Amino acid sequence: MSTRQDKPARPAGPRRIPAPRVLPESQAFWSAADEGRLVIKKCNACGEVHHYPRDVCPHCLSTDTAWLQSAGAGVVYSFSTMGKGDAAYTLAFVTLDEGVTLMTNLVDCDPRALAIGQRVKVIFKPSDGGHPVPMFTPA
Amino acid sequence: MSLNGKAYIVGAYEHPTRKADELSVVRLHADVAKGALDDAGLRKDDIDAYFCAGDAPGLGTTTMAEYLGLQLRHVDSTECGGSAPILHVAHAAAAIAAGRCNVALITLAGRPRAAGAALSLKAPDPDAPELAFELPFGPATQNLYGMVAKRHMHEFGTTGEQLAWIKVAASHHAQHNPNAMLRNVVTVEEVVSSPMVSDPLHRLDCCVMSDGGGAIIVARPEIARDIAARQKRPMVKVRGTGEAPKHSMGGRIDLTYSAAAWSGPAAFAEAGLVPADIQYASLYDSFTITVLMQLEDLGFCKKGEGGRFVQDGGLISGVGRLPFNTDGGGLCNNHPANRGGVTKIIEAVRQLRGEAHAAVQVKNCGLALASGIGGALASRHTAGTLIMERV
Repeated sequence: MSTRQDKPARPAGPRRIPAPRVLPESQAFWSAADEGRLVIKKCNACGEVHHYPRDVCPHCLSTDTAWLQSAGAGVVYSFSTMGKGDAAYTLAFVTLDEGVTLMTNLVDCDPRALAIGQRVKVIFKPSDGGHPVPMFTPA
Repeated sequence: MSLNGKAYIVGAYEHPTRKADELSVVRLHADVAKGALDDAGLRKDDIDAYFCAGDAPGLGTTTMAEYLGLQLRHVDSTECGGSAPILHVAHAAAAIAAGRCNVALITLAGRPRAAGAALSLKAPDPDAPELAFELPFGPATQNLYGMVAKRHMHEFGTTGEQLAWIKVAASHHAQHNPNAMLRNVVTVEEVVSSPMVSDPLHRLDCCVMSDGGGAIIVARPEIARDIAARQKRPMVKVRGTGEAPKHSMGGRIDLTYSAAAWSGPAAFAEAGLVPADIQYASLYDSFTITVLMQLEDLGFCKKGEGGRFVQDGGLISGVGRLPFNTDGGGLCNNHPANRGGVTKIIEAVRQLRGEAHAAVQVKNCGLALASGIGGALASRHTAGTLIMERV
């Protein structure tokens, strides 16, 4: 079988982090990110938190939603490391202590030493010409 | 309204190509349409409804109706990725039952391999609300499914060797399919020692990338009876259908089950059957973990017991408890346009007609199931379940 994985690895280098495209309803999330703060959305009508952030609560469809400061701490729900050498990166789901699970990367660590259930904390990393994005590292 | 018995699959055709250097996307759709018409012994002008998904070019149903010169009174372009044709069969049955059409054509085709774009799917829609919260982190198909597999291993003790048995079973079947991309029989050891793609998934846990496609024709019972008599073969009845999307649920993410946990029970209820009645299953196999998840969610085994169900040849025809993907599936045979839904239906139809390869044909196969997972298990996907009966 011949596939692209058989070819010698190109010197890919670290993965480029695309700048998030900001929609009006998530502008506050990215303004907070500029200040190194992680925020999530909470519904004033039903009291539930959600992510990704919306104007409209996905649990009860109320538009009475507000921003909540996250402590930026949580546990690894799952992760998978792809790529070789400098180009390797670890996609993950992290469950925040506030109750939502978000897609992120686990960084500044040895991926082979990571485990589901491990405590992690947020660290913002620069994107390619845009707002910094929330990644996580072992606490 | 129950769709049980309201429509029959009268035509099915799989394109033999796996790399379509000289064939356009629209030509592939036309080839499979013609193949399915020939299989049914019908003419183009018998078709009065047409179904396609996002793999069809241009305006989908409109573009294809023009290219094929179809005169239609019902169209449906339900798009949910690779499971779409399974939903299309159900929607065609509903349209037939409602009197909106008599003969429905469904096509799926594409050429990502020839185009060299197998890994770079369509550019994401900039208005997709999740985009900013996912794209910066590099979600690819492989690592999204890798996270599902890793969580399953964590929760239930599933092993890489158990996942490998799914590929081993597919390869045992593919050796008999001259069109299959990978015809060599592989061992568990070969799967788990193949290069890691995105942990814990190895290269041989992944489906092939291929060009080609397939088509299905669904017709009302009176027409199906005429065709069966003319073609001297059994009829394939649509007996049960189900569909459901699953998504990130506002951040309440649970990777331990798929939307097949909803579409499956709906299909079994409509069919009046239980999983133990099914003699052959076509299960969506973008990755080995996809198969494991459906086995559990459709009720072939309890949640968490999929690993034990598949090990030691559990899915090998003539050997195991549930023969699956006897054409070699997406893991070994064909995953046209990065969408495995239509080939799942086609192999189930072959089994019910007794037209599968003799080495993999299930004896006296009377009830078969086709299951699709379109999208990505870890983020958002739509499951479709179709139960068919030979009559």
